[in-house]
Amino acid sequence: MTTIDSAFPPPARIRPGSAGRGRGRLATFSNDTLVFAGRNIEHIRQIPEKLLDVTLQPLMFVLLFAYVFGGAIAVKGGNYREFLIGGVLVQSLAFGLTGPATSIATDLTEGVIDRFRALPATRTAYLSGHYVAELAGMAVSIVVLTISGFIVGWGIHSDVVHAGLALLLLLLFSSAMIWIGTWIGLVVRTPDAVMGVAFTVVFPLTFLSSTFVPVNTMPDVLQWIASCNPVTVIVAAVRELFGNPGSPVTKHIWPLEHPVVAAFLYCLLLLAVAVPASLRRYRARTSD
Amino acid sequence: MYDQAIHPTNPARHPTPPDPGAAPGFRGAAGAIHAGVSCEGLGKRFGDLWALRDLTLDVPPGTVLGLLGHNGAGKTTAVRILTTLSKPTAGRATVAGLDVVADAHAVRERIGVAAQQATVDGLMSARKNLVMVGRLHHLGRAAARRRADELLELLDLADAADRLVKNFSGGMRRRLDLAASIVVVPDVLFLDEPTTGLDPRSRADLWSMLRDLARGGTAIILTTQYLDEADQLADDIVVLDHGRTVAHGSPAELKARVGMDLIEVTVGAPAQLPAAARAAERFASAAPGLDPERLVATIPVREGTRLMDVMRALDAARVDAVDVTRRQATLDDVFLALTSPGAATPPTREGTQDAEDVEVPA
Repeated sequence: MTTIDSAFPPPARIRPGSAGRGRGRLATFSNDTLVFAGRNIEHIRQIPEKLLDVTLQPLMFVLLFAYVFGGAIAVKGGNYREFLIGGVLVQSLAFGLTGPATSIATDLTEGVIDRFRALPATRTAYLSGHYVAELAGMAVSIVVLTISGFIVGWGIHSDVVHAGLALLLLLLFSSAMIWIGTWIGLVVRTPDAVMGVAFTVVFPLTFLSSTFVPVNTMPDVLQWIASCNPVTVIVAAVRELFGNPGSPVTKHIWPLEHPVVAAFLYCLLLLAVAVPASLRRYRARTSD
Repeated sequence: MYDQAIHPTNPARHPTPPDPGAAPGFRGAAGAIHAGVSCEGLGKRFGDLWALRDLTLDVPPGTVLGLLGHNGAGKTTAVRILTTLSKPTAGRATVAGLDVVADAHAVRERIGVAAQQATVDGLMSARKNLVMVGRLHHLGRAAARRRADELLELLDLADAADRLVKNFSGGMRRRLDLAASIVVVPDVLFLDEPTTGLDPRSRADLWSMLRDLARGGTAIILTTQYLDEADQLADDIVVLDHGRTVAHGSPAELKARVGMDLIEVTVGAPAQLPAAARAAERFASAAPGLDPERLVATIPVREGTRLMDVMRALDAARVDAVDVTRRQATLDDVFLALTSPGAATPPTREGTQDAEDVEVPA
């Protein structure tokens, strides 16, 4: 075993399987999750343009609606900019599903996932790593939006508890969208398909709602659609928790009358569906 | 293309006695208990198609198995099963003494995999890639970093350590891929076409590295399209065709059946082919193949045959040889020899007797 002129001295032999022994499963899982999350963050460091999606894009929506369309939209009991920010927050987070969908679909087509799967890393850490990194990105998005909101004249008119609940709701909603994006990434055949799928789903969902305009300005049929749209409920909850003016309730259905409770329930429901579906899909997609 | 410049003569093949029973192995195909690879009756079916059928292997620690076959022959399927990426439909396998299905996670702690498409992350630096792999092997942060530096140095990537991998050349990527597969020195190392696209020097370096790894007790399974690569490294060769094992033996055994060196004689007219074959007969190690379309007679020759002697013989027999070249047997030659007995090279014409035997294409 000792060859003097060997080009390849086997290194101070790290015995396979010896590393990380004695650590709990949870510690291992969180280590692996952070390693995978670090990989995504490294990608952002290399391609900073990726951050534009979560920073500049929502900012454009704020400016567009605050100064271009806003003047034409009347909101009862407040100005339009107070109304707008809750909507833009939810809309940006909804579009957050494209991030994980694209990167997971790319990984799947590039074979890098096989390397991960042949490593002794916790199986699901690959997905949870994506989740952590994406959620961090969405948190940046929330910060950018609230700051730009303050600048254009939006404010928080509730107390710390309610504002905290609003933040929690936004993170929960973002989590649900990330996991839905994860599922999409595992389902589509190519990364290119992601944008198409995401836009056909997210665009109508966010625009046929109270995101940008009060529902009472719509024709009756659309009022029904918008009122039943979970996005309307979530936006209503965010506005209520921040103490901002909301869209008048024209269709008296239970979720709209109790937007905060309903919004949390919607988010939990989405998570309860999207997480197991993603895990199952991941297992199916990566084993044959 | 394969480069003939590197053709080391008769490398000392490593003897193989490293410690066996370190891992809790059980009885493999050959009845041995060891931390290498053994499988029995391994098969994989996709729908109606058996991508792999009845594969039986025994690769003790410290030995190298060459898995030869065309694309779609079942090599990759076999490697995927043995690296826990795919579940077998039939049979069973132990890797590092552990069952690949029941103990998949423990197997992953003990193997290294360098896949055919480089599976390193293009959007990270070489160093970060290696650190990531180390961390996923649950090395500490410092240990992972130390190991990464060590490997970068070893594989001559230190200068490029902080460059993005997507800007790497094919050879650099491949070396990095290999580095990633030995971050933790594995009990079993799987390499899918490790030297495709490497320049001769890197190729020789990699070969010597693999020998050293084997000497340290690692069992190695490598797939390759190059017979000579298998010959250089492998103690044992399995040739797969359409999922089936068509040959299994030491390189010497296979060579005896196929012939490693080939001499191709291009002649001026189809009628000259049998004459060429006859003239070269005394150098031949197997039946020659005659290709009337390309006007080429391919003669497997015994080791040590000198091209000049063959040319003299052709000249003496007044064969109108337009071109005489020597080449290595390729996988095609092996295949044709193994799948259609009696014929060594394309096309599979047997016999060299009569000019009438050779069909002249219209």
